[in-house]
Amino acid sequence: MNTQENLLIVSSSPHLHSANKVSTAMRDVCIALLPALVGAVYFFGMAAATVILTCVITALLSEVIAPKIMHREVTISDGSAVVTGLLLAFCLPSTIPLWIAAIGSAVAIIIGKQFFGGLGCNIFNPALIGRAFLVASWPVAMTTWVTPLDGVTTATPLGIIKEGLSEQLPSLGQLFMGNVAGCLGETSALALIVGGLYLLYKGHIDWRIPFSYLGTVFVVTAVVGADPLFHLLSGGLMLGAFFMATDWVTTPITKKGRLLFGVGCGLLTVLIRLMGGYPEGVCYSILLMNLATPLIDRYTKARVFGGVKKHA
Amino acid sequence: MSFSTFKGGIHLSGYKEGTQGLAIVEAQVPRIVYLPVSQHIGAPCAPLVQVGDEVKKGQKIAEGKGFVTAPIHASVSGKVIAIENRPHPGGNFVNCIVIENDFKETWADTVKPNPHPEELTPEEIRKIIFEAGIVGMGGATFPAHVKLAPVEGKKADYIILNGVECEPYITADHRLMVEKPERVIAGLTYILKSTGCEKGIIAIEENKPDAVILFKRLLAQNKRIRVQVLKEKYPQGSEKHLIYACTNREVPVGGLPLDAGVIVHNVGTAAAIADAVELGIPLIQRVLTLSGDCIKNPANFLVRLGTLFSDLIAESGGYTGEVEKIIAGGLMMGKTVFTADVPVIKGSSGIVVLKKTAAKKEKEYNCVRCGKCVDACPLFLEPTTLVKLAKRNLWQEAEKNNALSCIECGSCVYVCPARIPLVQYIRRAKQAIAVMKAKAKSDGGKK
Repeated sequence: MNTQENLLIVSSSPHLHSANKVSTAMRDVCIALLPALVGAVYFFGMAAATVILTCVITALLSEVIAPKIMHREVTISDGSAVVTGLLLAFCLPSTIPLWIAAIGSAVAIIIGKQFFGGLGCNIFNPALIGRAFLVASWPVAMTTWVTPLDGVTTATPLGIIKEGLSEQLPSLGQLFMGNVAGCLGETSALALIVGGLYLLYKGHIDWRIPFSYLGTVFVVTAVVGADPLFHLLSGGLMLGAFFMATDWVTTPITKKGRLLFGVGCGLLTVLIRLMGGYPEGVCYSILLMNLATPLIDRYTKARVFGGVKKHA
Repeated sequence: MSFSTFKGGIHLSGYKEGTQGLAIVEAQVPRIVYLPVSQHIGAPCAPLVQVGDEVKKGQKIAEGKGFVTAPIHASVSGKVIAIENRPHPGGNFVNCIVIENDFKETWADTVKPNPHPEELTPEEIRKIIFEAGIVGMGGATFPAHVKLAPVEGKKADYIILNGVECEPYITADHRLMVEKPERVIAGLTYILKSTGCEKGIIAIEENKPDAVILFKRLLAQNKRIRVQVLKEKYPQGSEKHLIYACTNREVPVGGLPLDAGVIVHNVGTAAAIADAVELGIPLIQRVLTLSGDCIKNPANFLVRLGTLFSDLIAESGGYTGEVEKIIAGGLMMGKTVFTADVPVIKGSSGIVVLKKTAAKKEKEYNCVRCGKCVDACPLFLEPTTLVKLAKRNLWQEAEKNNALSCIECGSCVYVCPARIPLVQYIRRAKQAIAVMKAKAKSDGGKK
């Protein structure tokens, strides 16, 4: 018999884990956001870079300070604060005063996430909470757009349509590359699609949400007679569909639920864009669907293996 | 080419390269064997011998009462030197019959070959299987004769032999299939006869092409038995998922394979049945894989029951570093033992020894609702929902969410990026539900 000191470790099965961790997933999301980050700095210059840095640093600081004040464990090592900071920065205009960006980032982390109990407990996408807060608080700063490269004040493509302005609409090619006015990380559909495909390849996101979201927008805009490609490529749709609506915490855990979630986001986005007061509806449609997530999960539970088949 | 499989599950590294090509070697017969009186699912056996008794190899030394039980036989000839509580690979202490080997290998009188096994009736075959103490050798250790007994109103359309072996590192069944395929086929033939079932299926995962080719060749002329190649996916060897992959039938919730018209046995069990029926040899030895990154010379051993893990580890050259865990069974569903001095029992398909790594034990994060456990669960459960209910002691809710359907395969834990030990929580829920139900039953009885 072994002596007391020689006793081996006992633990519950299984004794094997995949290498995939929350932190590796967050790292991969950051990698996936790199093309859009490069695009943002290319199109909007150092202004974009400073907004991004401000948001990320504020997010990291908030991630440390808030749990300390609340006497909870600091979980900065999961890397989710960096992702929130990046995502929030990507849906701000490059002209935003840095102090406003910082407040948005702090609100995203502290109110959007830590108040609910930290990562995993939040019901809304934190970055979108930050953005919604800023839109409500500083509407002018949040909608002061400049043209890429030369920085002349202008309107976004969706804004042009909404306001019925006489300005020339950008071509689909410009929209695809990102050479249009808009939020600094949202303009380049190409960069975001590349990043989204990387996340799909890595298995971090389910194809169902971007597919059903983009598909719904395409079909509905086509049916009502709008230009479906224009709507797919403009505004925050690509960023929303690949990076925001696929947020693990705030979206359904069932496969059917994810399909429904995407369809819901798509319908609400088109509804807001075509009939609402704002030119863009991605942010609010995802937030509204976040709210519906528990309900969707409840009604899309799978049949247990060996349970009664619905169509048998 | 795509092979049949099931929905959900995960893809694992097999870690089988180290042993899948190694022929089975007979492990040294130890000087002392330790035979626990509990090596099957069901009540423990009562010893039939006393300290000081001389026993012969194959002699029945313990038996249980009732139907769901399996007697225990001496795996060596010699003298009973103790009957005492000793560590068991299941993690607890169990009464063990300790026999000192006289190395004479004298067989008991009861062990004699059957000259005409083909003339046996189904009842006689089942009797032999019961007397030989054969249990499910894939690890479940359910007494084999129980599954074969006729059940009123239910008939098996298929007997499936499980040669999937989806646990990483374990290659015992693979080697058995490659080296003794005729024993496996013979065993299946007796099983078919004992149940009156018409069709047999030998199910093998695609990662064992040598076994597939061999069985296809041997069964080319056989109209009753076919080979079913299955996709390499975990937990393909789970009984329910094996049945689904082979027959497209689902075992109903709370039901038995027979409710889907199927009986499943492990290939090792079939080979043991052939030995018992033809040669009269009870279950006193088995094939197991000793492997893991801390084992110097991994091997597939033919080993006498009651041999200590530590004996086998010494025989294969010892450890290559500091041991972290010794797992009885596979990485996914095996149980860790707290000492290497536990005996090989009927259900020991493998021993995996893992080296201590520099990596710290990772802490458990909040669930991030990624849904990976939901995608991986082969029972279509929501493991994370069950964990949340278990953490709040909401056992009735957990039962409504089908906690009892969980087969504890560990797929959810494998994929969880938050490192939540979901199976541990669900196991707790299952136990609590069982207690709750038992209480409800006894309360109902009082009224």
